[in-house]
Amino acid sequence: MYRYDSYDQSIVDARVEEFRDQTQRRLAGQLTEDQFKPLRLMNGLYLQLHAYMLRVAIPYGTLSGRQMRKLGEIAAKYDRGYGHFTTRQNLQYNWIKLADAPDILAELATVEMHAIQTSGNCIRNISSDQYAGVSADEVADPRPWAELLRQWSTFHPEFTYLPRKFKIAVIASEDDRSAMRLHDIGLKLVSRDGRTGAEVYAGGGMGRTPMVAPLIRDFVPEDEIVSYLEACLRVYNRYGRRDNKYKARIKILVHELGVEEYKRQVEEEFAHMRTLGLNPPTEELDRIRAYFAGPAYETGLEDSIDRSDPAFALWVDRQVAAHKQPGYAIVNISLKPRGGIPGDASAEQIALVAELAEQYSLDELRVTHAQNLVLPHVKMADLHAIWQKLDEAGLAEANLDLITDIIACPGLDYCSLANARSIPLAQKLSERFAAADRQKELGELKVKISGCINACGHHHAGHIGVLGVDRKGVENFQLSLGGSGAEDASVGQITGPGFSEDGVVDAIEKVTNLYLEQREEGERFLDTYRRLGMKPFKEAIYG
Amino acid sequence: MKILTGNDLGTGDVIWWAGDGWSRQVGDSVDVGDKGEDLARAEEAALRVVGAYVIDATVTAEGVRPAHIKDRIRALGPTVRPDLTLKPNDADAGNWVI
Repeated sequence: MYRYDSYDQSIVDARVEEFRDQTQRRLAGQLTEDQFKPLRLMNGLYLQLHAYMLRVAIPYGTLSGRQMRKLGEIAAKYDRGYGHFTTRQNLQYNWIKLADAPDILAELATVEMHAIQTSGNCIRNISSDQYAGVSADEVADPRPWAELLRQWSTFHPEFTYLPRKFKIAVIASEDDRSAMRLHDIGLKLVSRDGRTGAEVYAGGGMGRTPMVAPLIRDFVPEDEIVSYLEACLRVYNRYGRRDNKYKARIKILVHELGVEEYKRQVEEEFAHMRTLGLNPPTEELDRIRAYFAGPAYETGLEDSIDRSDPAFALWVDRQVAAHKQPGYAIVNISLKPRGGIPGDASAEQIALVAELAEQYSLDELRVTHAQNLVLPHVKMADLHAIWQKLDEAGLAEANLDLITDIIACPGLDYCSLANARSIPLAQKLSERFAAADRQKELGELKVKISGCINACGHHHAGHIGVLGVDRKGVENFQLSLGGSGAEDASVGQITGPGFSEDGVVDAIEKVTNLYLEQREEGERFLDTYRRLGMKPFKEAIYG
Repeated sequence: MKILTGNDLGTGDVIWWAGDGWSRQVGDSVDVGDKGEDLARAEEAALRVVGAYVIDATVTAEGVRPAHIKDRIRALGPTVRPDLTLKPNDADAGNWVI
């Protein structure tokens, strides 16, 4: 894992003290809310429905045990005993007092964490593949690039006031576990003729105008990736719309200019950038890369496990993924217990996962954009012990990528932007489809729920997506089908008129029943939908 | 009726204008008539509230009820965590917001 150097630490510490001063001035009446709001937002502090909410950055979703433990301690000490893992691999606290916020940031700084750029019209937390560094199919570990981009984008003076927020994802596998093409910029590391570089996608996103990012360059050499992104951002910063926040994201610029014209302008800027010598020094990338060198795995380990306990075997089959190192496994920890709140974890659960990471996963864990956790370096021989501890803590649900592994934003229960509650719907679906056999029968089926058009719950990318809207003060839910955030990225299509909360649960059941009737050998729900189209599903729902 | 709400500047708690100060109970709200905006500005200047705004509400048998579901959820707390609402012993408290 990356460790802060003295420069990293000093800028984070300085930011904490700066914010402490700003907060004191606000509480003393020396700053108005209009003056203070942009300052607190730059430090991840929102004012939500019930209280202040603090969003903590988890760069590319990677944490050490001590960082995770600190997150749990903060939840217990300053919040109400829990945290919420988000679709940007971050963590949010929902019940923060303003006067406590600087102390929380100071505590985070002691474990090399912060909340910088988790809000505002800047480059947000860089996201990446939760299997980075441990999946066999990657070209390279994408995290050194994500870390380089974190350093490049942190306090970047030119990109602090972009037309709108800006999200970047970096992956290095054919399998996209990061919704890469639904980002403002997506990088996919590739190898061409023995050289490492990146495919660059630009202009994707969700929100009110969902778009899958087109490829704008099929290869940027690794030593020029930062310069190329600088060129992409410069064109966006110069021409992105600032007159209308709903048309300010880069996807609108790319769409309005056309992909070819945007590419032409970026190439022109890139040619200019190349003359400035702004590529980061090779030594710096090497320095960063050294932190992500593979850990010292043991060799000669057993690959087989005792599957005599059926509950354990069920969990292994669903939650454990193949590791590149023989004798090791990747453990997915579900934060979607039956009837639970997607992404929520208690302080005790957070502390337990920190302990498991330290004891069994070479002191490392990951947060996924699907609001789950991952222990990336687990010996096969330790799986049973881990499962037992997870089970005791209510963390052994076996539902990865199944219908109850639901992504849901906080919705109207917490969020001041939301129009409808997402979580109660997720809970009802979780109960309706709770039977393990039924979930297994349905297979991979990604349900994603957003409480408003901003789409934090990724509903556009759901095989089944639900958008909560406000119909004259009453919650209403639009259903969409056929979205995907994976390597076959697509935007879901709305089925028709919306439903009540119970109505949309029934409608989803009808949709899944039709899938079971109509599917062909080996087809996932998404495949059947794509083969049949919307019509039969619509008929099943509306009659 | 028109009632005034916002968040406590220091704690972030949801608060309601009760005539002579702020309350955490929506039931203590009083009709602010057309004085809400002026009250909001004065109370914000006094550092007692942030993000104050006026909403419509009615008086029902159960007390003051904000017109919009968003404000009813603000008044109660998250419906998915009854233990964190203002009625932690009432498992069905969430029904009030619907």
